[in-house]
Amino acid sequence: MANVKDNSTPVIQVRDLVKRFDGRAVLDGVNLEVFPGEMLVIMGGSGCGKSTLLRNLIGSMVPEEGVVEIFGQNTLVMDEPELDEIRKRFGILFQSGALFNSMTVGENVALPLKEHTDLDDETIDIMVKIKLEQVGLRQAEDLMPSEISGGMKKRAGLARAVALDPEILFYDEPSAGLDPVTSAEIDYLMMDLAKKLGVASVVVTHEMDSAFRIADRMIMLDKGKVLMAAKREEFETIRDGKPTGDDTKDLIRQFLRGDSEGPITRRRQAGGYEEDILHAAGAR
Amino acid sequence: MAGGLAGNPVERLGAKVLHGFQYAGGLSLLLADLSVGIAKTLRKPKPRDLVSLGEQIVRVGVRSIGIVALVQGFVGVILALQLTPTLEDYGQQAQIATIIGISGFRMLGPIFTAIVISGFAGASIAAELGTMVVAEEIEAMEAMALNPTRFLVLPRVLATFVCMLLLTTFADLMIAAGGWVTAHMALGADVYNRYWERMRDALVFKDYFTGLIQGGVFGVLIGLIACYEGLHVRGGAEGVGRATTMTVVYSIVAIVLAASVCTVIFYTFGF
Ligand SMILES: Nc1ncnc2c1ncn2[C@@H]1O[C@H](COP(=O)(O)OP(=O)(O)O)[C@@H](O)[C@H]1O
Ligand SMILES: [Mg+2]
Repeated sequence: MANVKDNSTPVIQVRDLVKRFDGRAVLDGVNLEVFPGEMLVIMGGSGCGKSTLLRNLIGSMVPEEGVVEIFGQNTLVMDEPELDEIRKRFGILFQSGALFNSMTVGENVALPLKEHTDLDDETIDIMVKIKLEQVGLRQAEDLMPSEISGGMKKRAGLARAVALDPEILFYDEPSAGLDPVTSAEIDYLMMDLAKKLGVASVVVTHEMDSAFRIADRMIMLDKGKVLMAAKREEFETIRDGKPTGDDTKDLIRQFLRGDSEGPITRRRQAGGYEEDILHAAGAR
Repeated sequence: MAGGLAGNPVERLGAKVLHGFQYAGGLSLLLADLSVGIAKTLRKPKPRDLVSLGEQIVRVGVRSIGIVALVQGFVGVILALQLTPTLEDYGQQAQIATIIGISGFRMLGPIFTAIVISGFAGASIAAELGTMVVAEEIEAMEAMALNPTRFLVLPRVLATFVCMLLLTTFADLMIAAGGWVTAHMALGADVYNRYWERMRDALVFKDYFTGLIQGGVFGVLIGLIACYEGLHVRGGAEGVGRATTMTVVYSIVAIVLAASVCTVIFYTFGF
Protein backbone atom coordinates (compact mmCIF):
# COMPACT_ATOMS: atom_id res chain seq x y z
CA MET A 1 0.00 0.00 0.00
CA ALA A 2 2.87 2.28 0.80
CA ASN A 3 4.44 1.78 -2.59
CA VAL A 4 1.47 3.06 -4.57
CA LYS A 5 2.98 6.52 -4.79
CA ASP A 6 6.46 5.65 -5.94
CA ASN A 7 5.17 3.20 -8.56
CA SER A 8 3.07 5.23 -10.92
CA THR A 9 3.33 2.98 -13.98
CA PRO A 10 0.23 0.78 -13.97
CA VAL A 11 0.64 -3.01 -14.18
CA ILE A 12 -2.73 -3.21 -15.88
CA GLN A 13 -4.28 -0.61 -18.11
CA VAL A 14 -7.68 -1.06 -19.71
CA ARG A 15 -9.00 1.41 -22.28
CA ASP A 16 -12.48 1.56 -23.82
CA LEU A 17 -13.14 -2.13 -23.33
CA VAL A 18 -16.31 -3.36 -25.03
CA LYS A 19 -17.60 -6.93 -24.71
CA ARG A 20 -20.86 -8.00 -26.30
CA PHE A 21 -22.87 -11.19 -25.99
CA ASP A 22 -25.29 -11.65 -28.89
CA GLY A 23 -25.12 -7.94 -29.65
CA ARG A 24 -25.79 -6.92 -26.04
CA ALA A 25 -22.89 -4.90 -24.63
CA VAL A 26 -22.16 -6.28 -21.16
CA LEU A 27 -19.02 -4.11 -20.97
CA ASP A 28 -19.55 -0.84 -22.76
CA GLY A 29 -16.34 1.17 -22.70
CA VAL A 30 -14.57 0.29 -19.46
CA ASN A 31 -11.46 2.25 -18.48
CA LEU A 32 -9.33 1.33 -15.49
CA GLU A 33 -5.80 1.10 -14.17
CA VAL A 34 -4.17 -1.12 -11.59
CA PHE A 35 -0.99 0.08 -9.91
CA PRO A 36 1.78 -2.08 -8.46
CA GLY A 37 1.14 -3.30 -4.95
CA GLU A 38 -2.36 -1.88 -4.61
CA MET A 39 -5.56 -3.71 -3.74
CA LEU A 40 -8.22 -2.68 -6.23
CA VAL A 41 -11.81 -3.75 -5.59
CA ILE A 42 -14.28 -3.83 -8.47
CA MET A 43 -17.88 -3.63 -7.28
CA GLY A 44 -21.18 -3.97 -9.03
CA GLY A 45 -24.53 -5.71 -8.88
CA SER A 46 -24.97 -9.38 -9.81
CA GLY A 47 -24.83 -9.88 -13.55
CA CYS A 48 -23.33 -6.46 -14.24
CA GLY A 49 -20.29 -8.01 -15.88
CA LYS A 50 -17.66 -8.25 -13.14
CA SER A 51 -16.60 -11.79 -13.99
CA THR A 52 -16.71 -10.91 -17.67
CA LEU A 53 -14.33 -8.01 -17.01
CA LEU A 54 -11.99 -10.34 -15.15
CA ARG A 55 -12.06 -12.88 -17.99
CA ASN A 56 -11.13 -10.16 -20.45
CA LEU A 57 -8.25 -9.08 -18.22
CA ILE A 58 -6.77 -12.57 -17.96
CA GLY A 59 -7.12 -13.27 -21.67
CA SER A 60 -9.67 -16.07 -21.45
CA MET A 61 -12.15 -13.89 -23.34
CA VAL A 62 -11.44 -11.57 -26.25
CA PRO A 63 -13.25 -8.21 -26.22
CA GLU A 64 -14.85 -6.70 -29.30
CA GLU A 65 -13.15 -3.34 -28.80
CA GLY A 66 -10.58 -1.72 -26.58
CA VAL A 67 -7.09 -2.31 -25.25
CA VAL A 68 -5.87 -4.45 -22.37
CA GLU A 69 -2.27 -3.85 -21.40
CA ILE A 70 -0.60 -6.00 -18.76
CA PHE A 71 2.96 -5.13 -17.74
CA GLY A 72 2.84 -2.59 -20.55
CA GLN A 73 2.11 -5.19 -23.25
CA ASN A 74 -1.10 -5.36 -25.24
CA THR A 75 -2.48 -8.82 -24.55
CA LEU A 76 -5.07 -8.63 -27.31
CA VAL A 77 -2.50 -8.95 -30.08
CA MET A 78 -0.69 -11.85 -28.44
CA ASP A 79 -0.78 -15.46 -29.57
CA GLU A 80 -1.31 -18.27 -27.05
CA PRO A 81 2.37 -18.89 -26.19
CA GLU A 82 2.94 -15.18 -25.54
CA LEU A 83 -0.23 -15.01 -23.50
CA ASP A 84 0.89 -18.04 -21.50
CA GLU A 85 4.10 -16.23 -20.54
CA ILE A 86 1.99 -13.37 -19.16
CA ARG A 87 -0.33 -15.84 -17.43
CA LYS A 88 2.58 -17.36 -15.54
CA ARG A 89 3.11 -13.93 -13.98
CA PHE A 90 -0.31 -13.73 -12.40
CA GLY A 91 -2.45 -15.92 -10.17
CA ILE A 92 -6.22 -16.28 -9.99
CA LEU A 93 -8.59 -17.43 -7.30
CA PHE A 94 -11.88 -18.47 -8.84
CA GLN A 95 -15.29 -18.18 -7.26
CA SER A 96 -15.45 -21.87 -6.37
CA GLY A 97 -11.74 -22.32 -5.77
CA ALA A 98 -11.59 -24.37 -8.99
CA LEU A 99 -9.30 -27.00 -7.50
CA PHE A 100 -8.72 -30.04 -9.68
CA ASN A 101 -10.93 -32.58 -7.99
CA SER A 102 -8.90 -35.56 -9.14
CA MET A 103 -5.79 -34.34 -7.29
CA THR A 104 -4.95 -33.84 -3.63
CA VAL A 105 -4.58 -30.33 -2.27
CA GLY A 106 -0.80 -30.70 -2.34
CA GLU A 107 -0.81 -31.92 -5.95
CA ASN A 108 -2.98 -28.97 -6.93
CA VAL A 109 -0.42 -26.56 -5.54
CA ALA A 110 2.45 -28.53 -7.06
CA LEU A 111 0.93 -28.56 -10.56
CA PRO A 112 2.05 -25.10 -11.77
CA LEU A 113 5.51 -25.71 -10.29
CA LYS A 114 5.80 -29.08 -12.04
CA GLU A 115 4.60 -27.77 -15.38
CA HIS A 116 6.26 -24.37 -15.51
CA THR A 117 9.56 -24.80 -13.68
CA ASP A 118 12.49 -27.20 -13.89
CA LEU A 119 12.64 -27.70 -10.14
CA ASP A 120 13.20 -31.24 -8.89
CA ASP A 121 10.53 -33.09 -6.95
CA GLU A 122 12.07 -32.50 -3.54
CA THR A 123 12.27 -28.75 -4.01
CA ILE A 124 8.71 -28.68 -5.27
CA ASP A 125 7.63 -30.66 -2.23
CA ILE A 126 9.22 -28.13 0.09
CA MET A 127 7.71 -25.21 -1.82
CA VAL A 128 4.24 -26.79 -1.65
CA LYS A 129 4.61 -27.07 2.13
CA ILE A 130 5.69 -23.42 2.36
CA LYS A 131 2.76 -22.21 0.23
CA LEU A 132 0.27 -24.28 2.22
CA GLU A 133 1.74 -22.96 5.46
CA GLN A 134 1.32 -19.40 4.15
CA VAL A 135 -2.43 -19.95 3.77
CA GLY A 136 -2.75 -21.97 6.98
CA LEU A 137 -3.41 -25.31 5.34
CA ARG A 138 -0.34 -27.38 6.18
CA GLN A 139 -2.42 -30.19 7.63
CA ALA A 140 -4.53 -30.58 4.45
CA GLU A 141 -1.78 -31.44 1.96
CA ASP A 142 -2.90 -35.03 1.41
CA LEU A 143 -6.65 -34.43 1.48
CA MET A 144 -8.82 -34.43 -1.63
CA PRO A 145 -10.78 -31.25 -2.46
CA SER A 146 -14.03 -33.10 -1.73
CA GLU A 147 -12.85 -33.67 1.83
CA ILE A 148 -12.34 -30.03 2.79
CA SER A 149 -14.68 -27.12 3.54
CA GLY A 150 -15.47 -24.16 1.28
CA GLY A 151 -13.15 -21.86 3.16
CA MET A 152 -10.30 -24.38 2.97
CA LYS A 153 -10.89 -24.74 -0.77
CA LYS A 154 -10.41 -21.00 -1.20
CA ARG A 155 -7.23 -21.17 0.86
CA ALA A 156 -5.96 -24.07 -1.23
CA GLY A 157 -6.88 -22.21 -4.42
CA LEU A 158 -4.97 -19.23 -3.08
CA ALA A 159 -1.90 -21.36 -2.31
CA ARG A 160 -2.02 -22.61 -5.91
CA ALA A 161 -2.47 -19.07 -7.23
CA VAL A 162 0.67 -17.86 -5.48
CA ALA A 163 2.72 -20.97 -6.30
CA LEU A 164 4.70 -19.25 -9.03
CA ASP A 165 5.21 -16.02 -7.03
CA PRO A 166 2.93 -13.92 -9.22
CA GLU A 167 3.04 -10.14 -9.65
CA ILE A 168 -0.74 -9.77 -9.88
CA LEU A 169 -3.48 -11.70 -8.08
CA PHE A 170 -7.06 -11.81 -9.36
CA TYR A 171 -9.97 -12.80 -7.17
CA ASP A 172 -13.52 -13.50 -8.32
CA GLU A 173 -15.96 -13.14 -5.40
CA PRO A 174 -13.56 -14.44 -2.75
CA SER A 175 -16.21 -14.32 -0.03
CA ALA A 176 -19.02 -15.92 -2.04
CA GLY A 177 -20.59 -18.83 -0.21
CA LEU A 178 -18.60 -18.31 3.00
CA ASP A 179 -19.87 -17.47 6.46
CA PRO A 180 -18.92 -13.99 7.75
CA VAL A 181 -16.08 -15.22 9.96
CA THR A 182 -14.47 -17.38 7.29
CA SER A 183 -14.97 -14.56 4.82
CA ALA A 184 -13.15 -12.14 7.12
CA GLU A 185 -10.34 -14.68 7.54
CA ILE A 186 -9.93 -14.91 3.78
CA ASP A 187 -9.88 -11.09 3.59
CA TYR A 188 -7.02 -10.89 6.07
CA LEU A 189 -5.20 -13.66 4.27
CA MET A 190 -5.51 -11.72 1.01
CA MET A 191 -4.15 -8.57 2.63
CA ASP A 192 -1.38 -10.53 4.30
CA LEU A 193 -0.31 -12.11 1.02
CA ALA A 194 -0.51 -8.79 -0.80
CA LYS A 195 1.82 -7.22 1.74
CA LYS A 196 4.25 -10.14 1.98
CA LEU A 197 4.50 -10.77 -1.74
CA GLY A 198 4.12 -7.14 -2.80
CA VAL A 199 1.61 -8.13 -5.47
CA ALA A 200 -1.11 -6.01 -7.01
CA SER A 201 -4.56 -7.47 -6.30
CA VAL A 202 -7.72 -7.11 -8.33
CA VAL A 203 -10.78 -8.24 -6.41
CA VAL A 204 -14.25 -8.55 -7.87
CA THR A 205 -17.01 -8.59 -5.29
CA HIS A 206 -20.46 -7.41 -4.31
CA GLU A 207 -19.89 -7.96 -0.58
CA MET A 208 -19.47 -4.48 0.84
CA ASP A 209 -18.11 -5.45 4.26
CA SER A 210 -15.30 -7.32 2.61
CA ALA A 211 -14.74 -4.61 -0.02
CA PHE A 212 -14.27 -1.84 2.54
CA ARG A 213 -12.01 -4.03 4.66
CA ILE A 214 -9.49 -4.79 1.95
CA ALA A 215 -9.60 -2.01 -0.64
CA ASP A 216 -6.99 0.65 -1.29
CA ARG A 217 -8.97 1.84 -4.25
CA MET A 218 -12.43 0.97 -5.50
CA ILE A 219 -14.26 0.95 -8.79
CA MET A 220 -18.01 0.91 -9.17
CA LEU A 221 -19.28 -0.79 -12.31
CA ASP A 222 -22.76 -0.08 -13.62
CA LYS A 223 -24.42 -0.65 -16.97
CA GLY A 224 -21.15 -1.74 -18.52
CA LYS A 225 -19.27 1.41 -17.53
CA VAL A 226 -17.10 2.60 -14.67
CA LEU A 227 -19.39 4.82 -12.66
CA MET A 228 -16.73 5.93 -10.24
CA ALA A 229 -13.12 5.08 -9.48
CA ALA A 230 -11.61 6.49 -6.31
CA LYS A 231 -9.77 5.83 -3.08
CA ARG A 232 -11.65 3.83 -0.47
CA GLU A 233 -12.01 6.89 1.74
CA GLU A 234 -14.05 8.72 -0.90
CA PHE A 235 -16.46 5.82 -1.17
CA GLU A 236 -16.68 5.75 2.61
CA THR A 237 -17.64 9.42 2.61
CA ILE A 238 -20.44 8.75 0.13
CA ARG A 239 -21.64 5.72 2.08
CA ASP A 240 -21.73 7.52 5.42
CA GLY A 241 -23.04 10.83 4.12
CA LYS A 242 -26.60 11.96 3.44
CA PRO A 243 -28.28 11.60 0.01
CA THR A 244 -27.05 14.46 -2.16
CA GLY A 245 -29.65 14.59 -4.90
CA ASP A 246 -26.90 13.75 -7.39
CA ASP A 247 -28.16 10.58 -9.09
CA THR A 248 -24.77 8.93 -9.57
CA LYS A 249 -23.66 9.50 -6.00
CA ASP A 250 -27.01 8.39 -4.61
CA LEU A 251 -26.93 5.28 -6.72
CA ILE A 252 -23.48 4.41 -5.40
CA ARG A 253 -24.63 5.26 -1.89
CA GLN A 254 -27.59 2.92 -2.15
CA PHE A 255 -25.39 0.12 -3.45
CA LEU A 256 -22.76 0.59 -0.74
CA ARG A 257 -25.33 0.69 2.04
CA GLY A 258 -27.55 -2.04 0.62
CA ASP A 259 -30.63 0.17 1.06
CA SER A 260 -33.94 -1.01 -0.38
CA GLU A 261 -34.88 2.55 -1.42
CA GLY A 262 -33.00 4.71 -3.91
CA PRO A 263 -32.08 5.27 -7.56
CA ILE A 264 -31.34 1.59 -8.27
CA THR A 265 -34.81 0.57 -7.10
CA ARG A 266 -36.48 3.44 -8.95
CA ARG A 267 -34.62 2.55 -12.15
CA ARG A 268 -35.75 -1.05 -11.92
CA GLN A 269 -39.36 -0.09 -11.31
CA ALA A 270 -39.37 2.46 -14.10
CA GLY A 271 -37.55 0.38 -16.66
CA GLY A 272 -38.94 -2.97 -15.73
CA TYR A 273 -42.41 -3.13 -17.22
CA GLU A 274 -41.95 -2.01 -20.83
CA GLU A 275 -38.61 -3.78 -21.04
CA ASP A 276 -40.20 -7.00 -19.87
CA ILE A 277 -42.96 -6.71 -22.44
CA LEU A 278 -40.54 -5.86 -25.24
CA HIS A 279 -38.27 -8.67 -24.17
CA ALA A 280 -41.14 -11.14 -24.12
CA ALA A 281 -42.25 -10.02 -27.57
CA GLY A 282 -38.71 -10.25 -28.93
CA ALA A 283 -38.19 -13.71 -27.55
CA ARG A 284 -40.89 -15.26 -29.70
CA MET B 1 -35.89 -18.65 -34.87
CA ALA B 2 -34.70 -21.43 -32.67
CA GLY B 3 -38.16 -23.01 -32.29
CA GLY B 4 -37.85 -26.75 -32.90
CA LEU B 5 -40.88 -27.30 -35.10
CA ALA B 6 -40.93 -23.97 -36.90
CA GLY B 7 -39.99 -23.61 -40.57
CA ASN B 8 -40.69 -25.90 -43.47
CA PRO B 9 -39.17 -29.40 -43.68
CA VAL B 10 -36.57 -28.37 -46.26
CA GLU B 11 -35.33 -25.56 -44.05
CA ARG B 12 -35.18 -27.90 -41.09
CA LEU B 13 -33.27 -30.49 -43.04
CA GLY B 14 -30.93 -27.77 -44.29
CA ALA B 15 -30.35 -26.58 -40.74
CA LYS B 16 -29.55 -30.14 -39.63
CA VAL B 17 -27.07 -30.63 -42.47
CA LEU B 18 -25.46 -27.28 -41.71
CA HIS B 19 -25.23 -28.24 -38.06
CA GLY B 20 -23.58 -31.50 -39.08
CA PHE B 21 -20.91 -29.64 -41.04
CA GLN B 22 -20.35 -27.17 -38.21
CA TYR B 23 -19.96 -30.06 -35.80
CA ALA B 24 -17.48 -31.80 -38.07
CA GLY B 25 -15.63 -28.49 -38.34
CA GLY B 26 -15.47 -28.20 -34.55
CA LEU B 27 -14.11 -31.74 -34.27
CA SER B 28 -11.51 -31.03 -36.95
CA LEU B 29 -10.31 -27.95 -35.08
CA LEU B 30 -9.99 -30.01 -31.93
CA LEU B 31 -8.06 -32.64 -33.89
CA ALA B 32 -5.72 -29.97 -35.27
CA ASP B 33 -5.19 -28.60 -31.78
CA LEU B 34 -4.51 -32.15 -30.66
CA SER B 35 -1.77 -32.63 -33.26
CA VAL B 36 -0.03 -29.52 -31.94
CA GLY B 37 -0.39 -30.96 -28.44
CA ILE B 38 1.15 -34.27 -29.55
CA ALA B 39 4.09 -32.47 -31.17
CA LYS B 40 4.71 -30.40 -28.03
CA THR B 41 4.43 -33.38 -25.74
CA LEU B 42 6.87 -35.40 -27.85
CA ARG B 43 9.35 -32.53 -27.86
CA LYS B 44 9.34 -32.22 -24.08
CA PRO B 45 7.77 -35.33 -22.53
CA LYS B 46 7.16 -35.46 -18.79
CA PRO B 47 6.58 -38.60 -16.72
CA ARG B 48 3.13 -37.23 -15.89
CA ASP B 49 2.09 -37.57 -19.55
CA LEU B 50 2.62 -41.33 -19.43
CA VAL B 51 0.93 -41.63 -16.07
CA SER B 52 -2.22 -39.85 -17.24
CA LEU B 53 -2.29 -41.93 -20.44
CA GLY B 54 -2.03 -45.05 -18.28
CA GLU B 55 -4.85 -43.86 -16.04
CA GLN B 56 -7.09 -43.22 -19.02
CA ILE B 57 -6.31 -46.60 -20.61
CA VAL B 58 -7.31 -48.31 -17.38
CA ARG B 59 -10.47 -46.23 -17.20
CA VAL B 60 -11.51 -46.69 -20.83
CA GLY B 61 -10.17 -50.13 -21.62
CA VAL B 62 -9.59 -52.33 -18.63
CA ARG B 63 -12.93 -51.50 -17.08
CA SER B 64 -14.80 -52.31 -20.31
CA ILE B 65 -13.29 -55.76 -20.85
CA GLY B 66 -16.17 -57.51 -19.09
CA ILE B 67 -18.96 -55.77 -20.95
CA VAL B 68 -17.20 -56.20 -24.32
CA ALA B 69 -16.73 -59.90 -23.62
CA LEU B 70 -20.38 -60.29 -22.73
CA VAL B 71 -21.75 -58.38 -25.73
CA GLN B 72 -19.41 -59.86 -28.30
CA GLY B 73 -19.72 -63.40 -26.96
CA PHE B 74 -23.45 -63.18 -27.52
CA VAL B 75 -22.97 -61.65 -30.97
CA GLY B 76 -21.14 -64.89 -31.81
CA VAL B 77 -23.94 -66.98 -30.31
CA ILE B 78 -26.65 -65.08 -32.21
CA LEU B 79 -24.76 -65.24 -35.49
CA ALA B 80 -24.35 -69.01 -35.18
CA LEU B 81 -27.98 -69.66 -34.28
CA GLN B 82 -29.40 -67.31 -36.92
CA LEU B 83 -27.26 -68.49 -39.78
CA THR B 84 -27.41 -72.23 -39.23
CA PRO B 85 -30.94 -72.90 -40.64
CA THR B 86 -30.19 -71.06 -43.88
CA LEU B 87 -26.82 -72.70 -44.28
CA GLU B 88 -28.37 -76.08 -43.58
CA ASP B 89 -30.76 -75.54 -46.50
CA TYR B 90 -27.72 -75.53 -48.71
CA GLY B 91 -25.97 -78.24 -46.74
CA GLN B 92 -23.27 -75.74 -45.87
CA GLN B 93 -23.66 -75.53 -42.09
CA ALA B 94 -19.98 -76.31 -41.70
CA GLN B 95 -19.28 -72.89 -43.24
CA ILE B 96 -20.59 -71.22 -40.09
CA ALA B 97 -17.02 -70.70 -38.93
CA THR B 98 -16.12 -68.94 -42.17
CA ILE B 99 -19.03 -66.52 -42.00
CA ILE B 100 -18.63 -65.74 -38.31
CA GLY B 101 -14.93 -65.21 -38.80
CA ILE B 102 -15.19 -62.81 -41.71
CA SER B 103 -18.20 -60.80 -40.54
CA GLY B 104 -16.88 -60.67 -37.00
CA PHE B 105 -13.34 -59.62 -37.81
CA ARG B 106 -14.19 -57.19 -40.57
CA MET B 107 -17.22 -55.44 -39.15
CA LEU B 108 -19.09 -56.64 -36.08
CA GLY B 109 -16.05 -56.75 -33.81
CA PRO B 110 -15.08 -53.10 -34.27
CA ILE B 111 -18.63 -51.71 -34.59
CA PHE B 112 -20.22 -53.33 -31.54
CA THR B 113 -17.13 -52.62 -29.46
CA ALA B 114 -17.24 -48.97 -30.50
CA ILE B 115 -20.91 -48.68 -29.58
CA VAL B 116 -20.26 -50.25 -26.20
CA ILE B 117 -17.27 -47.95 -25.60
CA SER B 118 -19.15 -44.81 -26.61
CA GLY B 119 -21.82 -45.57 -24.03
CA PHE B 120 -19.39 -46.78 -21.43
CA ALA B 121 -16.30 -44.59 -21.70
CA GLY B 122 -17.40 -41.79 -24.03
CA ALA B 123 -20.30 -40.77 -21.84
CA SER B 124 -18.12 -40.88 -18.74
CA ILE B 125 -15.41 -38.73 -20.37
CA ALA B 126 -18.01 -36.16 -21.42
CA ALA B 127 -19.49 -36.09 -17.92
CA GLU B 128 -16.07 -35.73 -16.34
CA LEU B 129 -14.93 -32.85 -18.55
CA GLY B 130 -18.37 -31.22 -18.39
CA THR B 131 -18.24 -31.27 -14.61
CA MET B 132 -14.80 -29.68 -14.77
CA VAL B 133 -16.19 -26.91 -16.99
CA VAL B 134 -19.02 -26.24 -14.55
CA ALA B 135 -16.59 -26.13 -11.61
CA GLU B 136 -14.44 -23.54 -13.46
CA GLU B 137 -11.58 -26.07 -13.50
CA ILE B 138 -10.99 -25.74 -17.24
CA GLU B 139 -10.91 -21.96 -17.00
CA ALA B 140 -8.50 -22.22 -14.07
CA MET B 141 -6.31 -24.49 -16.13
CA GLU B 142 -6.13 -22.05 -19.03
CA ALA B 143 -5.48 -19.18 -16.65
CA MET B 144 -2.56 -21.19 -15.26
CA ALA B 145 -1.13 -21.39 -18.76
CA LEU B 146 -1.95 -25.11 -18.99
CA ASN B 147 -3.57 -26.20 -22.23
CA PRO B 148 -6.68 -28.36 -21.66
CA THR B 149 -6.27 -29.97 -25.07
CA ARG B 150 -2.85 -31.19 -24.16
CA PHE B 151 -3.54 -32.13 -20.57
CA LEU B 152 -7.05 -33.51 -20.81
CA VAL B 153 -8.01 -34.25 -24.42
CA LEU B 154 -4.74 -35.82 -25.55
CA PRO B 155 -4.56 -38.65 -22.98
CA ARG B 156 -8.27 -39.38 -23.40
CA VAL B 157 -8.27 -39.57 -27.20
CA LEU B 158 -5.05 -41.60 -27.21
CA ALA B 159 -6.61 -43.93 -24.65
CA THR B 160 -9.82 -44.47 -26.61
CA PHE B 161 -7.66 -45.10 -29.71
CA VAL B 162 -5.33 -47.62 -28.07
CA CYS B 163 -8.16 -49.31 -26.18
CA MET B 164 -10.26 -49.66 -29.31
CA LEU B 165 -7.34 -51.39 -31.05
CA LEU B 166 -6.90 -53.82 -28.18
CA LEU B 167 -10.59 -54.33 -27.51
CA THR B 168 -11.37 -54.86 -31.20
CA THR B 169 -8.85 -57.71 -31.26
CA PHE B 170 -10.33 -59.09 -28.08
CA ALA B 171 -13.86 -58.71 -29.47
CA ASP B 172 -12.96 -60.66 -32.64
CA LEU B 173 -11.85 -63.56 -30.50
CA MET B 174 -14.96 -63.37 -28.32
CA ILE B 175 -17.28 -63.47 -31.35
CA ALA B 176 -15.41 -66.48 -32.70
CA ALA B 177 -15.57 -68.13 -29.27
CA GLY B 178 -19.29 -67.40 -28.95
CA GLY B 179 -19.87 -69.11 -32.30
CA TRP B 180 -17.79 -72.07 -31.28
CA VAL B 181 -19.56 -72.56 -27.95
CA THR B 182 -22.92 -72.44 -29.74
CA ALA B 183 -21.80 -74.92 -32.33
CA HIS B 184 -20.55 -77.20 -29.60
CA MET B 185 -23.68 -77.07 -27.51
CA ALA B 186 -26.50 -76.75 -30.00
CA LEU B 187 -25.34 -77.65 -33.47
CA GLY B 188 -24.00 -80.87 -34.93
CA ALA B 189 -20.57 -82.38 -34.59
CA ASP B 190 -19.94 -81.71 -38.28
CA VAL B 191 -20.17 -77.99 -37.51
CA TYR B 192 -17.88 -77.74 -34.53
CA ASN B 193 -15.36 -80.43 -35.28
CA ARG B 194 -13.25 -78.40 -37.62
CA TYR B 195 -14.52 -74.96 -36.48
CA TRP B 196 -11.18 -73.35 -35.67
CA GLU B 197 -9.46 -74.95 -38.62
CA ARG B 198 -12.06 -73.62 -41.05
CA MET B 199 -11.96 -70.17 -39.56
CA ARG B 200 -8.19 -70.08 -39.86
CA ASP B 201 -8.39 -71.20 -43.49
CA ALA B 202 -11.01 -68.61 -44.34
CA LEU B 203 -9.45 -65.60 -42.66
CA VAL B 204 -6.60 -63.71 -44.22
CA PHE B 205 -4.61 -60.99 -42.51
CA LYS B 206 -6.45 -58.14 -44.19
CA ASP B 207 -9.74 -59.29 -42.65
CA TYR B 208 -8.27 -58.65 -39.24
CA PHE B 209 -6.38 -55.58 -40.34
CA THR B 210 -9.30 -53.71 -41.95
CA GLY B 211 -11.33 -54.35 -38.81
CA LEU B 212 -8.48 -53.09 -36.70
CA ILE B 213 -8.12 -49.88 -38.72
CA GLN B 214 -11.82 -49.21 -38.29
CA GLY B 215 -11.55 -49.88 -34.57
CA GLY B 216 -8.79 -47.28 -34.34
CA VAL B 217 -10.77 -44.73 -36.35
CA PHE B 218 -13.84 -45.28 -34.15
CA GLY B 219 -11.66 -44.89 -31.07
CA VAL B 220 -10.37 -41.49 -32.18
CA LEU B 221 -13.92 -40.39 -33.07
CA ILE B 222 -15.37 -41.45 -29.72
CA GLY B 223 -12.58 -39.71 -27.81
CA LEU B 224 -12.89 -36.53 -29.86
CA ILE B 225 -16.68 -36.34 -29.61
CA ALA B 226 -16.68 -37.06 -25.88
CA CYS B 227 -14.06 -34.38 -25.18
CA TYR B 228 -15.73 -31.88 -27.52
CA GLU B 229 -19.11 -32.37 -25.87
CA GLY B 230 -17.60 -32.23 -22.39
CA LEU B 231 -15.60 -29.08 -23.00
CA HIS B 232 -18.58 -27.31 -24.58
CA VAL B 233 -20.96 -27.84 -21.67
CA ARG B 234 -23.07 -24.79 -20.83
CA GLY B 235 -25.51 -24.31 -18.03
CA GLY B 236 -24.64 -26.45 -15.02
CA ALA B 237 -25.66 -29.99 -14.23
CA GLU B 238 -28.34 -30.03 -16.89
CA GLY B 239 -25.71 -29.25 -19.51
CA VAL B 240 -23.59 -32.15 -18.31
CA GLY B 241 -26.51 -34.54 -18.70
CA ARG B 242 -27.15 -33.28 -22.21
CA ALA B 243 -23.48 -33.66 -23.12
CA THR B 244 -23.38 -37.31 -22.07
CA THR B 245 -26.50 -38.12 -24.10
CA MET B 246 -25.27 -36.25 -27.15
CA THR B 247 -21.89 -37.97 -26.91
CA VAL B 248 -23.54 -41.35 -27.33
CA VAL B 249 -25.86 -40.14 -30.10
CA TYR B 250 -23.16 -38.39 -32.12
CA SER B 251 -20.68 -41.21 -31.54
CA ILE B 252 -23.03 -43.81 -32.95
CA VAL B 253 -23.81 -41.63 -35.97
CA ALA B 254 -20.10 -40.98 -36.50
CA ILE B 255 -19.26 -44.69 -36.12
CA VAL B 256 -21.80 -45.73 -38.75
CA LEU B 257 -20.71 -42.97 -41.14
CA ALA B 258 -17.04 -43.81 -40.66
CA ALA B 259 -17.74 -47.52 -41.13
CA SER B 260 -19.43 -46.75 -44.46
CA VAL B 261 -16.56 -44.58 -45.62
CA CYS B 262 -13.97 -47.16 -44.55
CA THR B 263 -15.88 -49.94 -46.28
CA VAL B 264 -16.10 -47.96 -49.52
CA ILE B 265 -12.37 -47.26 -49.38
CA PHE B 266 -11.48 -50.88 -48.63
CA TYR B 267 -13.83 -52.05 -51.38
CA THR B 268 -12.34 -49.63 -53.89
CA PHE B 269 -8.81 -50.77 -53.16
CA GLY B 270 -9.78 -54.40 -53.06
CA PHE B 271 -9.12 -55.00 -49.37
N1 LIG C 1 -20.15 -16.70 -22.06
C1 LIG C 1 -21.26 -15.93 -22.02
N2 LIG C 1 -22.15 -15.97 -23.03
C2 LIG C 1 -23.26 -15.19 -23.01
N3 LIG C 1 -23.58 -14.35 -22.01
C3 LIG C 1 -22.74 -14.27 -20.96
C4 LIG C 1 -21.54 -15.05 -20.91
N4 LIG C 1 -20.89 -14.77 -19.75
C5 LIG C 1 -21.65 -13.84 -19.13
N5 LIG C 1 -22.75 -13.54 -19.84
C6 LIG C 1 -23.78 -12.57 -19.46
O1 LIG C 1 -23.14 -11.35 -19.14
C7 LIG C 1 -23.71 -10.76 -18.01
C8 LIG C 1 -22.66 -10.49 -16.97
O2 LIG C 1 -22.23 -11.72 -16.43
P1 LIG C 1 -21.09 -11.81 -15.32
O3 LIG C 1 -19.88 -11.12 -15.83
O4 LIG C 1 -20.95 -13.22 -14.92
O5 LIG C 1 -21.73 -10.96 -14.13
P2 LIG C 1 -21.25 -10.82 -12.63
O6 LIG C 1 -19.97 -11.58 -12.46
O7 LIG C 1 -21.08 -9.34 -12.44
O8 LIG C 1 -22.34 -11.35 -11.78
C9 LIG C 1 -24.82 -11.68 -17.55
O9 LIG C 1 -26.04 -11.17 -18.01
C10 LIG C 1 -24.52 -13.00 -18.21
O10 LIG C 1 -25.70 -13.68 -18.53
MG1 LIG D 1 -19.44 -13.28 -11.27
